[in-house]
Amino acid sequence: MFRQFGPADVLYILEAARWTLILSAIAFTGGAIGGLAVALARSSQVTLLRVLSTGFIRVFQGTPLLMQLFLFYFGLTVLNLPINPLLAAAIALTFHASAYLGEIWRGSIEAVPSGQSEAATALSLTYRSRMRWVILPQAARIAVAPTVGFLVQLIKGTSLTSIIGFTELTRAGQIVNNATFDPFTVFGLVAVIYFVICWPLSLYARWLEGRMRRAYAR
Amino acid sequence: MTHSPKAAVEMRGVSKFFGAFQALNAIDLTVAEGERIVICGPSGSGKSTLIRTINQLETIQQGTIKVDGTELTAGGDNVAKVRREVGMVFQQFNLFPHLTVLRNCMLAPLKTGRATKAEAEATARKYLERVKIPEQADKYPAQLSGGQQQRVAIARALCMEPRIMLFDEPTSALDPEMVKEVLDTMIDLAREGMTMLCVTHEMGFARAVADRVIFMESGAIIEEAPPEDFFGAPKSARLRNFLGQIA
Repeated sequence: MFRQFGPADVLYILEAARWTLILSAIAFTGGAIGGLAVALARSSQVTLLRVLSTGFIRVFQGTPLLMQLFLFYFGLTVLNLPINPLLAAAIALTFHASAYLGEIWRGSIEAVPSGQSEAATALSLTYRSRMRWVILPQAARIAVAPTVGFLVQLIKGTSLTSIIGFTELTRAGQIVNNATFDPFTVFGLVAVIYFVICWPLSLYARWLEGRMRRAYAR
Repeated sequence: MTHSPKAAVEMRGVSKFFGAFQALNAIDLTVAEGERIVICGPSGSGKSTLIRTINQLETIQQGTIKVDGTELTAGGDNVAKVRREVGMVFQQFNLFPHLTVLRNCMLAPLKTGRATKAEAEATARKYLERVKIPEQADKYPAQLSGGQQQRVAIARALCMEPRIMLFDEPTSALDPEMVKEVLDTMIDLAREGMTMLCVTHEMGFARAVADRVIFMESGAIIEEAPPEDFFGAPKSARLRNFLGQIA
């Protein structure tokens, strides 16, 4: 009644890994845009922006990603939109990434000594120019290692979207396992694929960290 | 009250609070165009805060400040206008570490739209020549000594062609052997007629270039006089005490 786990299954799982990468790319890109907005709002002089962005971060860091996926997934139907796992997953992960990247980048912006902003202000640079040419280039160097570290978390986090029925790597493993009932082999393969994607990124993050520490010691 | 049309800076009843702490207490100060002012006093006396109000790095709660006739506290474009005319040099240099010396000097003229790239570079090289480090133009700040970094910071401020220069303890973070090169640069600037307000404890500098020396304590101006009277015949006991401590 169960068929043998074979090369076709391996191929199926590998193909599904493509969706893990696509979803990660969407969430990371969306999260980068949202995260920059959140980071700027969090470090802004305007109280309302600070309050709103802090609330946003609290909500998305204080609830499980799985609940966020459920809420966006079922929220689509409440809004009379068609049920679409990819859309729900992309939106939920984008918000999730915005909150975390926003917090990482706020920390990086605030780690740039205040004298930098003062000097730029005294040189009559506008807020926009100060950020663009003085603060963000320095914050980016500080942020790059923890950002890549978060990207690894995000890629692994996409596995939760299998629960709302999005056929990415983990879901493909479940489907194959239901047909073959060879869980150790199937999920072993799935885990190896995640590892092959994430491990080089972790190495890269560590290498960046080392380079960052030497950066200003030229 | 003096309302000289040549006043570079005019402060009237300026008060500044950090929470409950009063950092400046009803300051009245008029600085004439071309005048060189040295401000000294114990730490926490409000001297840095005072000069930082002139380009609104610190906002004030009471009083008015006019810079070259532009009222800073009136809002609108006034703050931006004043900042274009006021250069500032900081204790910690605050050079941009990710940019070369030349780029540090070119950034503000370029991004405020006052110069093209070629003009900004020519101006930068001119002022690096003036502070006597043209050969360091392509280095990064971390590759320079403290004294060189502070001279770059002076050149960077001059590239905006300011009418007034503020110095906030420019030599306090320097090793002793580097103080002179920075002071010499400042003395050159003073001789060229720049309006200067310097917070410093370099009394030799005060004697050499200051038109007036101001002593502050607890956010108030206690005494002000030309250097010979300031050092030769201090009136208040507190100033005599202060001069006794730093001598």
